[in-house]
Amino acid sequence: MPLWLDLLVRVVAVMVAFLVLPLVVGQAEHKVMAHMQGRVGPMYAGAFHGWAQLVADGVKFVQKEDVHPHGADRTVFRLAPIVALFPYLLVVLTIPLGPHGLVAQRLDIGLFLVLAILGFGVVAVLMSAWASANKYSLLGGLRGAAQLLGYELPLVLAAASVAMAAGTLSLPGIVEAWRPWWLIWQAPAGLVFFVAGLAEIRRPPFDMPIADSELVFGYMTEYTGLRFAFFLLAEYVGIVVIAALTTVLFLGGWHGPFADQLGWLWTLLKVFALSFVIIWFRVSYPRLREDQLQRLCWLVLVPVSLAQLVLTVAVKSLT
Amino acid sequence: MTVADVLMIALGAVAVGSGTLVVTSAHLVRSGLYLVVSLGATAGLYLVLGAELVAWVQVLVYVGAVVVLLLFAVMLTRAPIGASAGLDRPAGPSALIGAGVGFGLAALFADAFRWIEYPRADPGTAERIGGEIFGTWVLPFEVLSILLLSALVGAIVLSRPDIGARRAPEQTPEEADEEVPA
Repeated sequence: MPLWLDLLVRVVAVMVAFLVLPLVVGQAEHKVMAHMQGRVGPMYAGAFHGWAQLVADGVKFVQKEDVHPHGADRTVFRLAPIVALFPYLLVVLTIPLGPHGLVAQRLDIGLFLVLAILGFGVVAVLMSAWASANKYSLLGGLRGAAQLLGYELPLVLAAASVAMAAGTLSLPGIVEAWRPWWLIWQAPAGLVFFVAGLAEIRRPPFDMPIADSELVFGYMTEYTGLRFAFFLLAEYVGIVVIAALTTVLFLGGWHGPFADQLGWLWTLLKVFALSFVIIWFRVSYPRLREDQLQRLCWLVLVPVSLAQLVLTVAVKSLT
Repeated sequence: MTVADVLMIALGAVAVGSGTLVVTSAHLVRSGLYLVVSLGATAGLYLVLGAELVAWVQVLVYVGAVVVLLLFAVMLTRAPIGASAGLDRPAGPSALIGAGVGFGLAALFADAFRWIEYPRADPGTAERIGGEIFGTWVLPFEVLSILLLSALVGAIVLSRPDIGARRAPEQTPEEADEEVPA
C-alpha cells in the first residue's frame, strides 16, 4: 500500500471511530438509563426504538442561534469547546484496536502522550468557565480544575504501575506483554485508573463541576447550539477514551479466543462493556460532595496506587 | 532548508510571539492562556529535535499543571474580563534588560559554537533518558527528589494549624481546632 493511501485510510478510520463510537455510547446511555429507571427512552426518531434520536439532536443543535453572554470574552468563549474536544481526537489516534499494528499511530511512548494530552482538558474547563462571565460557570470551572488536578495524580500513578509491569510505554507493547494473571496483580491499579478516569471526564458520581442542582450546568451554563454539542460530544468521546484506555492497560485489549482474527472485536466488546458500567454508575450513585470528592482522591486512590507501585516492583523483581 | 528547519522556525516564532503577548497583554487571564500556547510551542520544538519524552513531560507538567495552577490562582483572586488598567509598568528598563540579556546570550552562543556542524544526537527516547537519569545522573536526581519531598512536607506543616502552623492570635485553640476539617 502506498504511503498516502495508508495515511488516508488511517485518518478516515480515526475520524469515523471518533464520530460513530460516541453516538453509539450516547444512544446506549439514553436506552440503558431509561430501562434502569422503568422507562422506554426515545422511541420515535428513526422509527426503530428511536435509534436516530442523537442524529435529530444534532440537527437541532445546528439550527440553534449562536448566543454569547453580554459580558463574555468572545474569543476565549468560542475557542473553549474546540480545546475541549481536540485532545480526545489525538488520544483516539494512539489506541490499539487489534494485534499486528492495528492502531492509527504506533508510538514508543504512547502512554505518556495519552496522559499528557488528557491533562490538557482542564485548560478547556477553565477557559469556558472564565470566559462565560457567569458566577455559576466560574464556580463550576474552579471545582473542575481542582478535581482534574487532583485526580490526575492517581491516574498517572496507576498507569505507571502497568507500564512498569509491561516494561514499556507503548500501548500496543503493553497489550502484547499482558497476561491473564495481571487481572489480579494489577487489579487495584485498574480500579484506581477507572475511578480516576471517571473523575477526569467529570461523569457522575464525579460531576460536581456541573452539578445541575446547585450550579445550573457549571462551566457549560452559557453554551448553546453547536458549541454545547461539542462539549457533549467531548463528554461521550471521553467515555469511549477512558473505557478504551482501561481496556488496553488493564483488561488485556485484544486478548481473547481467536485473538489473531477477532482481536478488534474483543477490544470493542470490552470498551462497550466498560462504557455500560460508566452509564450504570450514573444511574446508581448520588453525586459526591466536593469534600468527599477530594477525600476519596487523596486519602484512598493515591495511597492505593502508591501501594500498587510497591507491589508491582516486588512481584516484578521476584519473577 | 529541511522540513525540520521550517518547523523549528515556525514553532520558535509562535513561542516567542505568544511569549511577548504574555507580558504585553493587559488581559489578565488571556496572558495565562498565551503562556499555554508558548509552552506548547516549546514542546513542539522538543518534538522536532527528537526529544519525544521531554516534549510530553513539558505538556504534562507545564501546560497541564503549572499554567493551570496559575490560572486557578488568578481566577480565585481577581480575573476581570477585558483589559485591566492597573497592569501598566514602565516598559523601558525591563525592555533594556531583556534585550541586553538576549543579545548577550546570543553572542555567547554564537561565539561558543561558531558555525561548526555537529552530528545529530540520537533521539531522546524514554529508554535512553531513563538510562541516563538512573545511570549517570542518579545523584542529582536523588538530591532533587529529597528537595521536593522536604518542600512537600513544609507545605503541609505550614498549612495545618494542628501540627505546626501558628494559629491566628484572636482565636482560642479550641476555635482553631474546630476550623480544621476533620
